[in-house]
Amino acid sequence: MRSLIFGLALTAVFALVAALSFLWTPYDVTVLEIANKLKPPSVAHWFGTDHFGRDIFSMIMVGARTSIAVAVVAVGIGMGLGVPLGLAAAARKGSLLDEVIMRGNDLIFAFPSLLIAILITAIFGPSAVNAIIAIGIFNIPVFARLTRGAALSLWTRDYVLAARVAGKGAVRISIEHILPNVANLLIVQGTIQFSLGILAEAALSYVGLGAQPPTPSWGRMLADAQTLIALAPHVALFPGFAILFTVLGLNLAGDGLRDVLDPKLRVQR
Amino acid sequence: MTLLSIENLSLSIRGTPVLRDVSLTVASGEILGVIGESGSGKSLTAFSVLQLLPEGSACEGRVKLLGRDVLAMSEPDLCAMRGREVGMVFQEPMTALNPVQTIGAQVAETILIHEPKTRKSEAMKRAAQALTRCELPQNKFPLSRYPHEMSGGQRQRVVIAMAIALQPKLLIADEPTTALDVTTQAEILALLTRLVREDGMGLMLISHDLAVVTDMAHRIAIMKDGEVVETGGINLHHTMKHPYTKALFEASGHHPDRSAAPQETALLEVKGATRDYSLPRKSLFGAADTFRAVDNVSFQIRRGESLGLVGESGCGKSTLTRAILGLEPLQGGSILLDGQPVGPEVRRKMQVVFQDPYGSFNPRHKVGRLVAEPFHLLNRKASSAEVDEALTSVGLLASDQHKYIHEFSGGQRQRIAIARALIIKPELIVLDEAVSALDVSIRAQILDLLADLSDKFGLTYLFISHDLSVVRAITDRCLVMKAGKIVEEGETEHLFTMPSHHYTQTLIAAAPRLPGA
Repeated sequence: MRSLIFGLALTAVFALVAALSFLWTPYDVTVLEIANKLKPPSVAHWFGTDHFGRDIFSMIMVGARTSIAVAVVAVGIGMGLGVPLGLAAAARKGSLLDEVIMRGNDLIFAFPSLLIAILITAIFGPSAVNAIIAIGIFNIPVFARLTRGAALSLWTRDYVLAARVAGKGAVRISIEHILPNVANLLIVQGTIQFSLGILAEAALSYVGLGAQPPTPSWGRMLADAQTLIALAPHVALFPGFAILFTVLGLNLAGDGLRDVLDPKLRVQR
Repeated sequence: MTLLSIENLSLSIRGTPVLRDVSLTVASGEILGVIGESGSGKSLTAFSVLQLLPEGSACEGRVKLLGRDVLAMSEPDLCAMRGREVGMVFQEPMTALNPVQTIGAQVAETILIHEPKTRKSEAMKRAAQALTRCELPQNKFPLSRYPHEMSGGQRQRVVIAMAIALQPKLLIADEPTTALDVTTQAEILALLTRLVREDGMGLMLISHDLAVVTDMAHRIAIMKDGEVVETGGINLHHTMKHPYTKALFEASGHHPDRSAAPQETALLEVKGATRDYSLPRKSLFGAADTFRAVDNVSFQIRRGESLGLVGESGCGKSTLTRAILGLEPLQGGSILLDGQPVGPEVRRKMQVVFQDPYGSFNPRHKVGRLVAEPFHLLNRKASSAEVDEALTSVGLLASDQHKYIHEFSGGQRQRIAIARALIIKPELIVLDEAVSALDVSIRAQILDLLADLSDKFGLTYLFISHDLSVVRAITDRCLVMKAGKIVEEGETEHLFTMPSHHYTQTLIAAAPRLPGA
């Protein structure tokens, strides 16, 4: 329970910061002030300034938008497509449908994800939206496999047999009996994928395939700061911490959520 | 000579008292049967001897093994004692063996741990001897076998070989035959008796089954709620004084009263049912082999009748059950319920209760929703009055519908399973080992409930079980199944007193009997 509250609080802080950035930031992140470049943290610039003299605190606020949006939508795509595919494959185990779904997953898994992302951005041009799609596609097989694996063992349970005796079809059983019992796994995997999404966006932006300047993103900020690390470590440190704490908050929230959703643990508390 | 003496042992786990004032003794060459229902502390008593207790356990009293106080021994001393002086046989042979090691390596491991100077070849030779003593001869079961290549009974023999490899003074067997078929059970019990006699070992045989223990034990201890309520010799059924012992004997041989007489019309007709499974191909181009799980089975159940279906594991009774429920396609023959083939239309006349009270319910739904599930067949939602009625008719409270399933005990869960089967007022209820996982006293209650419900609602039962005493108690007629075929069919009492097929005779002879029953 403590981990849930702490995790949710940490996540909420970043979500609020991202929301606030639409209305107000201490400085305008599109205005360059070269004279002020690489200033260490001070009262005027809490997190200091980068090599163009932009306020890092403001950039982290705006960057949270990109990073969180990319991760949320990418996990959404992965779950929204992967979970139903996994449920369908498990419900028709051994059939042609199962083969098609799982071999399709293998196909996606077989490609290095960054390579496909580069391919997509090469075709459609680099942008945050294309990064989201690329990361989302790679989340599909993760969720499909996890769901199928867990669902297969549930299909042999007596309560599923009882539901079949009650005349329920595969779709209904999948929704009523299988999904609620794989939900805990999906939540945990979801938070992991969410963190990986943020990191993947950072990686794509780092190689210049994600959010394009002047839109700040945490990954881009890290990429830009890399060459300056000896000169002005704070430029790399703060976006790094932002990623670290968001991921930490999400993982804690995921763990806590799993426990809260389990009726067995709920009563024991 | 007294081998083990437990004196006034009390055990608490994290402050909760589990055992109170337990005193038992086992002498060399003696078989002590410890009987109790789940939660009576019989296994924890055994684990106290080995000091293999869960974290946070605190023992008081004395456990003397070969004159030494086990409770005062250090962990290295305990390790030296476990396996060498005390061997242990577990309930589940499937999980007691490591699936990636050969049986030879596993038996030799016990020897190598306690006698590290032994050469590996020497240890293997002794492992082979131990296995041979457990009736696994080397020409048929070489040391290089893996556990998955053996049957449940053979695996249990490997577990026993591991336990006796160093010829311990005391053997503890915790429900050694509960997971096995009757005929295998009889063989394993005979093996244990022989080993005890040959080695002069003491044996502490823990079981929930009175009949198994009274068949072979020299002395019997009855445990309840962490206490030994009564001890006695083999004539315990004459000398018993404690009301719980009497209740236990009564429940074990319980015959519920049934008054409803079956009608003449057939409710379920199975005609020449055949189910084949295809086996994996042995070669790329060879035709796939098939395994015939159900072979040309025909029988009828009359309205209001209670029909038993008896057979050992793998005989095809589960496949047949699923076929009757319409969950498995048939390759031949037909199954008619009320004259119609099993499909959505007639499904509502038939419900099922499964064996495992823990796996039969979705843990995420409340009882009210679980019980109402069969209403899907009627295309409507259950009214709360109907849920109330179903729950109260099985002896639960209407308010229980707002609870989750994990808040109930095994017996209560089985009542909920029966409520779920009853709620749409079916005509036939298939009971697939429905009381096998329950303690005897709970089992007696459930059998009474079933008898009562069949009188009240005119229900027809198909009662599938491996437990002959239960089938005898509740059925009018009985089928015996072996290798996919029905080998014998007849009135239950007649079949049990005068079995004609030799397999039925073997089954009945192998079943342990209660004295005086």
